[in-house]
Amino acid sequence: MTMPYYASAEQVMRDRSEYARKGISRGRSVAVLTYADGVLFIAENPSSTLHKVSELYDRIGFAAVGRYSEFESLRVAGIRLADVRGYSYNRRDVTGRVIANAYAQTLGAVFTEQMKPYEVELCVAEVGATAETDQLYRLTFDGSIVDEPDFVVMGGQAEAVTGHLRNTFRAGLPLAEALAVGVAALATVSSATAANGGGHDRMPAEQLEVAVLDRRRPKRAFRRVVGAALRTLLDPQAPEADAVAADPAADESPQPAHAPSRPEPGTPPGLGDPADIDTAGGGGAGGGGAEVAPATQDGTDGGTGNDGEADRLGDTAS
Amino acid sequence: MTDASTGRSGFSPAYLDRVGSSFTDFLGSSAPDLLPGRRTLPAVPVGELSPHATTIVAATYAGGVLMGGDRRATMGNLISSRDIEKVYAADSWSVIGIAGAAGIAIEMVRLYQVELEHYEKIEGMTMSLDGKANRLAAMIRGNLGAAMQGLAVVPLFAGYDLDAAEGTSPGRIFSYDVTGGNYEERGYASVGSGSLFAKNSLKKTWRPGLSAEAATHSVVESLYDAADDDSATGGPDPVRRLYPIVYRVDAEGAVRLTDAEVAAVADTIITERSARQDEEG
Repeated sequence: MTMPYYASAEQVMRDRSEYARKGISRGRSVAVLTYADGVLFIAENPSSTLHKVSELYDRIGFAAVGRYSEFESLRVAGIRLADVRGYSYNRRDVTGRVIANAYAQTLGAVFTEQMKPYEVELCVAEVGATAETDQLYRLTFDGSIVDEPDFVVMGGQAEAVTGHLRNTFRAGLPLAEALAVGVAALATVSSATAANGGGHDRMPAEQLEVAVLDRRRPKRAFRRVVGAALRTLLDPQAPEADAVAADPAADESPQPAHAPSRPEPGTPPGLGDPADIDTAGGGGAGGGGAEVAPATQDGTDGGTGNDGEADRLGDTAS
Repeated sequence: MTDASTGRSGFSPAYLDRVGSSFTDFLGSSAPDLLPGRRTLPAVPVGELSPHATTIVAATYAGGVLMGGDRRATMGNLISSRDIEKVYAADSWSVIGIAGAAGIAIEMVRLYQVELEHYEKIEGMTMSLDGKANRLAAMIRGNLGAAMQGLAVVPLFAGYDLDAAEGTSPGRIFSYDVTGGNYEERGYASVGSGSLFAKNSLKKTWRPGLSAEAATHSVVESLYDAADDDSATGGPDPVRRLYPIVYRVDAEGAVRLTDAEVAAVADTIITERSARQDEEG
């Protein structure tokens, strides 16, 4: 039997760290920011179905960068842990800390015991009753866990984005402003913007995956912001009708299966009324009673017109 | 969690296995003791020792479907509860009503709610209505052994079909038997001890394409009729202000009617019936 060349533990760990860092830095960035009503996830992600941001539980969300297959299995594991805990104890007993700890243990074990570390970086965000109780946990490939106060930036060139956010971020911004701050920070490094050789003045809506954990919502706080709602939020000046007219593909696109109903005319686009029920999986046992209606865009992937954007993406990206 | 085979914390391999979106299947492999169908069964019939929930009715109407249930649970000849809730929202687009052994049934409803939400979170989209009906059938099938010992659970499932073709009714009702048989019903359905009387009542009052108000009236009246003739079904109780639980599922989602709404309908029915009595009197 041939003995492998001796490598010190220090060297092995350093090599693994370098390998993981390289893998992560190749990807696009994700920013997770607190805002007045909760937590805002902004990911640069041209795919409308392969999500980087997800719901884990009622008040807990998840964002990840790196290798999709690896963070996808971690995302599913987090959902399973949350649901098993919520089912065997109570929904209130599921906390972000528990899930973040499980992630930290798993990442740490994989990092030390396996040849190849996970090339992922995760953020577990939990929205509380007040802004003070919001939690952002940042988890790195080696299992270290940090509780960040205001925002977390992960992925390629996270340092540059963080630097930009340090100057522009303020706590307690309203949603549209927080989104503008976050998108501007991501745009400084994004290859889609003109500054970096792309074809856009600023980040286009179809390059972004945006979701919020809205503390005002009664049960499931997670909600995706897609389609016309996202365009309106990104550019409040442009009337929504123009935004839709400028995107003919959105009208022709087939409705995704199980699309939620359209909102009543006059309901605010996008986030809808926080008192609304969840589009699916919502009203718990004995819940309800209130006269509420689901808004258009929620947990289901691809709301109105989202598929059209994905189609269009092929043209704009080339 | 329960799987400590690796001897350290963090997710066990079952958690990290990406294949599969079913919560029940996952529990079956990682924590089977949490599943209602996996326990050792009592050797003797124990049906008399556990509370039983009774009549559930469901009826379609022009814009969706309604489901209602009375508030009584019985244990042998005793009324074990006057205010039990037997109709639940399974998710935002479907409702489930339960008849049979109340303890197992409520546990099954909780599991079913998590099952639907779990699928939705993992897949990023809602399960189809037929898929939901089939998942429920599988759950009932797992309870067959307990059913043989007097702990049968028979649900009624109804939902708004988001994929319904143009011109077909989006409100759909599925009934089950103890073996997990799954039958789609046309128009209206009922399960539980008072179902015979409730169904007869609906047969006379229900018409295709009723308005929501008329259908609510039909549903509450059928529960009244069931309570009239079946000792295990409770009627409206104005003294304690206990009224049937009625859920409406339409394009806007599943909504529980407020007690005030149901009370108004129940009071109308009582007034109508007592007026008729006066005429005859």
